Amino acid sequence: MKVLVPVKRVIDYQVKVRVKPDQTGVDLANVKMSMNPFCEIAVEEAVRLKEKNAATEIVVVSIGPQAAQETLRTALAMGADRGIHIVTDDIVEPLAVAKLLKGVVEAEQPGLVILGKQAIDDDSNQTGQMLAALLGWPQATFASKVELAPDAATVTREVDGGLQTLRLALPAIVTTDLRLNEPRYASLPNIMKAKKKEIAAKAPADFGVSTAPRLKVVKVTEPPKRQAGIKVKSVQELVDKLKNEAGVL
Amino acid sequence: MPVLVVASHDNAILKEATAKVVTAAAAMGGEVDILVAGENAAAAASSAATIASVRKVLLADGAALARQGAEALEATIVPLMGGYDAVLFAADTTGKNAAPRVAAKLDVMQLSGVTEVLSPNTFVRPIYAGNAMLTVESTDIKKVVTVQATAFRPAGAGGSAPIESVAAPAEGFGSTFVGEELSKSDRPELTAAKRIVSGGRALGSDEQFRRLIEPLADRLGAAVGASRAAVDAGYAPNDYQVGQTGKVVAPELYIAVGISGAIQHLAGMKDSKVIVAINKDDDAPIFQVADYSLVGDLFTLVPELETELAKIGY
Repeated sequence: MKVLVPVKRVIDYQVKVRVKPDQTGVDLANVKMSMNPFCEIAVEEAVRLKEKNAATEIVVVSIGPQAAQETLRTALAMGADRGIHIVTDDIVEPLAVAKLLKGVVEAEQPGLVILGKQAIDDDSNQTGQMLAALLGWPQATFASKVELAPDAATVTREVDGGLQTLRLALPAIVTTDLRLNEPRYASLPNIMKAKKKEIAAKAPADFGVSTAPRLKVVKVTEPPKRQAGIKVKSVQELVDKLKNEAGVL
Repeated sequence: MPVLVVASHDNAILKEATAKVVTAAAAMGGEVDILVAGENAAAAASSAATIASVRKVLLADGAALARQGAEALEATIVPLMGGYDAVLFAADTTGKNAAPRVAAKLDVMQLSGVTEVLSPNTFVRPIYAGNAMLTVESTDIKKVVTVQATAFRPAGAGGSAPIESVAAPAEGFGSTFVGEELSKSDRPELTAAKRIVSGGRALGSDEQFRRLIEPLADRLGAAVGASRAAVDAGYAPNDYQVGQTGKVVAPELYIAVGISGAIQHLAGMKDSKVIVAINKDDDAPIFQVADYSLVGDLFTLVPELETELAKIGY
């Protein structure tokens, strides 16, 4: 079975985000960029499925500027087989991403698409579900366990009350949560091998999809700052402050 | 045109988030209807009908909606949208799961995790784990929104809206329920709790997490939360996680025990009214947002805190 894994290049999760003074966005100049952590978990899961012989080929796809190729190379070094790069300098919203991915799915015919549940830049948590709806496929979001059979995937999901397990008829969509796996570091030989793997370049127009945004950024601002409070010296002082100053006891 | 709110409920009980989402919906102007989609969910629909200023409650009741799966919710909601300008969900796991399917079917861009409604088209939402706030205007004709319920006050009670039945879809979406493991607890629900005691990796084991965090929480009538590190280490179940990708909470009192305060954790709790941090590391980032910081060994301070609380009647 072929598995498709979309990956996104985002600001590295350890970088301290700074809002631009002109309020048009956040400062991405000379900032370290990495694969979105949830996408990394998705690639790792696909590679594990292939190692268990449940998947036969892993195709990774990224939508973004030229530099998104680095993200694809990282996925290839982790064990994906080939890449598709839909090149665009535009900011592509989740709906347009889902439409582009639908085009990729129609061309590649995977049995399973594994995506990160959200990207840590816009925190939208939409693309996988939108793709599932556009394809009319079943979905299991926020996965913490995936078992793949030829005709079905059994997926355990992290939900508000605990865990829920669903059985999906294939083809289907899975989105990853944090506990699904711990992504591997690519070894040096695998990084070298990844350089020779194929990445096909495409454009949004190849799929007949408009990436014109539906949402207009009015402004991006700093969140209200919380003032650091006081250090208390003892538990007695803490309880006294909570009761008599803060009034929460 | 009116706004549709999709109720958060477990068929029997309507969650408080619903009344908060109604407040967000009312801020868009226009009338507010509530959809209760479930199986044998008449009780939840009756509760929804008592929320003040709601025009009517739509009840979609059927086996396919027993667990409010995304595919079944999509099939229920999309046909109703001819009569609405917008549909709002709480940004809980049910809403996050289903809303984008509805948006894709309506060909509109969803607004996720909205914390403020400025106009029928304009919303504020956190991005980059809450390190930036985005004010964004939708150009789509219809809006699909998930609402960070903790950012809104609940709408009042005292309403008596009529309840109308609407069609529930038939089963057969390619997704079958296999089972669930739900955390059983008499404690308040994390996202609705007035007090929360959260534990981090410094607890060192699941045994110590239970021995120190849970009794303190129970003494205060608090919910129990955890950092991602504590959940990843297996000290606490996944549904305890507070943060960017876990639950967003805003209690009156948040006590962070042995939590260093990664930005991803702060994103989930920095809107709490009063934050207490107990940590042995003087430089822990959690102290930069805490109202009351206590530096020291949690293994002695937490039992001491319990003793002091007992003295004042907790």
